[in-house]
Amino acid sequence: MLGMTWAEWLPLIFLAVMGFALLVYVVLDGYDLGVGLLLPFADDTAKDTMIASIGPFWDANETWLVLGVGVLLVAFPMAHGLVLQALYLPVAVMLIGLILRGVAFDFRVKAPLQYKPFWNRAFFGGSLLAGAAQGWMLGSYITGFDTGPLGIAFSLGIAITLPAAYVLLGAGWLIMKTEGGLQMQAVAWAQRVLWPMGVALVAISAATPLVHPTVADKWFGLPQVFALLPVPLACAVAFFAVRWVLTHPDLVRGGHGWIVFAGTVLIFVLAFFGLAYSIFPDIVIGRMSVWDAAISTGSLNVVFAGVVITLPVIVGYTVFMYRVFWGKARALTYG
Amino acid sequence: MTLDALMLSRIQFAANISFHILFPTITIALCWFLLFFRIRFVRTRETAWEEAYYFWTKVFALTFALGVVSGIVMSFQFGTNWPGFMEKTGDISGPLLGYEVLTAFFLEASFLGIMLFGRGRVSERVHLTATVLVALGTTLSAFWILSLNSWMQTPAGYEIVNGKFLPTDWFAVVFNPSFPYRFAHKLLASALTAAFLIAGLSAWQLLKATATDGTHKAMRVAVFTAAIVIPIQFVAGDLHGLNTLEHQPAKVAAMEGIWETERGAPLTLFGIPDEAAGTTHLAITIPKLASLILTHELDGEIAGIDAFPDAHPPVAPVFYAFRIMVGVGSLMLVVSAFAAWKLWGQRGRARISLPRPLLWTLSAMTFSGWVATLSGWYVTETGRQPFVVYGVLRTSDVVTSVPSPFIGATLVAYLLVYGLLLVTYVGVLKYMAENPVTHAPVKVTDAGLGKAGV
Ligand code: HDD
Ligand code: HEM
Ligand code: HEM
Repeated sequence: MLGMTWAEWLPLIFLAVMGFALLVYVVLDGYDLGVGLLLPFADDTAKDTMIASIGPFWDANETWLVLGVGVLLVAFPMAHGLVLQALYLPVAVMLIGLILRGVAFDFRVKAPLQYKPFWNRAFFGGSLLAGAAQGWMLGSYITGFDTGPLGIAFSLGIAITLPAAYVLLGAGWLIMKTEGGLQMQAVAWAQRVLWPMGVALVAISAATPLVHPTVADKWFGLPQVFALLPVPLACAVAFFAVRWVLTHPDLVRGGHGWIVFAGTVLIFVLAFFGLAYSIFPDIVIGRMSVWDAAISTGSLNVVFAGVVITLPVIVGYTVFMYRVFWGKARALTYG
Repeated sequence: MTLDALMLSRIQFAANISFHILFPTITIALCWFLLFFRIRFVRTRETAWEEAYYFWTKVFALTFALGVVSGIVMSFQFGTNWPGFMEKTGDISGPLLGYEVLTAFFLEASFLGIMLFGRGRVSERVHLTATVLVALGTTLSAFWILSLNSWMQTPAGYEIVNGKFLPTDWFAVVFNPSFPYRFAHKLLASALTAAFLIAGLSAWQLLKATATDGTHKAMRVAVFTAAIVIPIQFVAGDLHGLNTLEHQPAKVAAMEGIWETERGAPLTLFGIPDEAAGTTHLAITIPKLASLILTHELDGEIAGIDAFPDAHPPVAPVFYAFRIMVGVGSLMLVVSAFAAWKLWGQRGRARISLPRPLLWTLSAMTFSGWVATLSGWYVTETGRQPFVVYGVLRTSDVVTSVPSPFIGATLVAYLLVYGLLLVTYVGVLKYMAENPVTHAPVKVTDAGLGKAGV
């Protein structure tokens, strides 16, 4: 790999940027969507606090999706067309979900009071549609858009698991950003979803090599199986750390609640690396490599300059924004 | 007309972008209005300015949210509906879209949170800076996307290699021949749309006796802005048209309803274009005026539809849309000039009073900017047909291969959601105008997360 030219490196760099953006999206909008999924289980004041806890962030969070898809569109237009045409319906479902969720933020507090329950339900429904559709897309992407029974079952599995993982993230977020009764409720929610999610994750990881023989070679060949061992091990450690905190509410009250969120994020990151490793260097499994899909080196250079300058700045003001809104959220009040 | 994948994709794309543009058109300019209200408050410490700022920030937040969610849909539309477009022009449209995301979207989205929820958490200066950055972000976003759209209208700075468009001169690509005109025209259009929105809702508040001190301030700013901007828009529009004549003569022929190339062409005020017969029925014309406007010579020659066999747009939609845009613009000119004249005598007063018929007219024109903006875009986009990149790439060559029932089904779903949102949006604005929150503004020191402003 070291002998590669700049022209060969560039598509890889963009692949990394795209992966980074999508990972950041899944984690950041993941907790927003998770909070949305938990909304029906909370009472009215708690609902307001929950939404207040994500209010300043969701728009910027969603922009990472635009960047991820943007890089796919900008750097790999061939793959963009192929992937999005194959995922036409779930993409539409996800978009409608994101629309409903996004407008519900405003409509639920600005529309006349009698419509508030409707927009609360839209908030939940939108989050569910978006989360499930994203899971479905991930599933069919991994199977190479297999529409046979196995492929469908696999996609369905992820369509259920991803929202469950989002719920865990969302509960972890609420544990950090809220206090008192709501915080304890979030602990209870997280407890309930932890095991189903863990089991599903293991099942999916086991099934991936089955739907893709090349993936099996990559993981179970020697010597990589030893080199890769830390990935599942770290996953297990994160999982049990989360469980430990959840089963000891004193730890949460003592200020260690962030471990739930951090542990879940770690699981997401590891799962992401596992997936990236399985697929690399293809961009559409078995059909198209990154190099086949990329635009010309000249145009990539132009975008690269922009990425180098703006990405650190973007990360900078994302951090700034999170610092401004650091601390516990309170209910939406009007002075 | 058959409802094949091409036709459905067109309808779907048009429905989505038409819905999307409604909201950016407002936010691009509204943010600068907000900044002005805020600066006035910081300078004068008059609570009326803060009240105006409060109310319109809420409208802004709502509008922005709708712009964001419909915009997310747009970023998928190229891939789902026009994969061939990105495959062929990706080397040019990719970087332009990429820069929009990198420079504009994150800027607005990140600082929007601080602008809406940040008071009490950041100093007044940081808050003001955040507002400026959001305003810059929206304008920058318009810059990039209009640059791309203009390049599709008047492509420049490229070469075609193996069927792909490769950039040869980025400066020429970004600042392509129609870009400066379109950008200026669009920003002015936004200013007008926002100004009439503010004036219309304020008029409604005055009519319904729910006006606050802020209403009076906002109304005055909106009316004077509209009155100043609309004549400039006429000039910009004229220059825009001249530029179009130079680069896209077939579009101008459709706009003016000129069927055969002629010298001293008359201006058709109105009529019913009939493409099959190649004539305009019941045309009301003014002799030689089209030639005079477009070539600045009474006997200037203007190419007609007949000069572009197989490469001209459908005449009727372009013809009508153009008249609607110019018609609404003329109405804006009259109404805003009259209102400005009425308000001129009331300078220095805290409260304004306007005749009720004028208030009703302004309320009726609350969304007139939308009508003109959409018509303008329909002139531009339909007028580009049958090409997606004018003169070089046909729309039919870039269409998706998704089965048409899928496109039809998603189109229906989008339309239902958009219908619901549009009705709710307008309803909520009306409700907010009739029930303004008249609480004392939150003190700068005591605002929790999620408080204030929205
Ligand atoms: C408030 C909105 C508004 C108003 C009052 C006007 N326009 Fe406009 N017009 C637009 C909003 C708009 C627009 C939506 O912004 C368009 C579509 C794309 C663009 O750049 O501007 C447009 C396009 C557009 C085009 C098509 C150019 C092309 O793409 O080839 C022309 C020739 C004009 N306009 C001319 C005029 C004239 C002569 C006007 C004055 C009477 C006028 N417009 C008022
Ligand atoms: C087909 C082309 C277009 C695409 C792909 C597109 C895409 C998007 C996306 C993804 C967003 C959301 C960004 C965020 O998360 O903050 C957005 C918002 C925005 N777009 Fe577009 N857009 C298009 C056309 C336009 C046009 C023509 C304009 C104006 C001339 C425009 C101006 C804006 C502005 C100002 C915003 C900020 C949000 C708002 O103010 O509502 N866009 N667009
Ligand atoms: C924001 C206001 C806009 C509106 C209301 C609008 C409207 C439309 C309409 C009505 C069509 C269908 C034309 C027809 O088939 O007769 C169309 C097509 C299209 N427009 Fe736009 N458009 C807008 C902006 C843009 C921008 C900013 C871009 C690109 C940067 C763009 C790219 C396209 C493409 C790729 C097509 C499909 C191919 C075609 O039918 O020509 N549009 N648009």
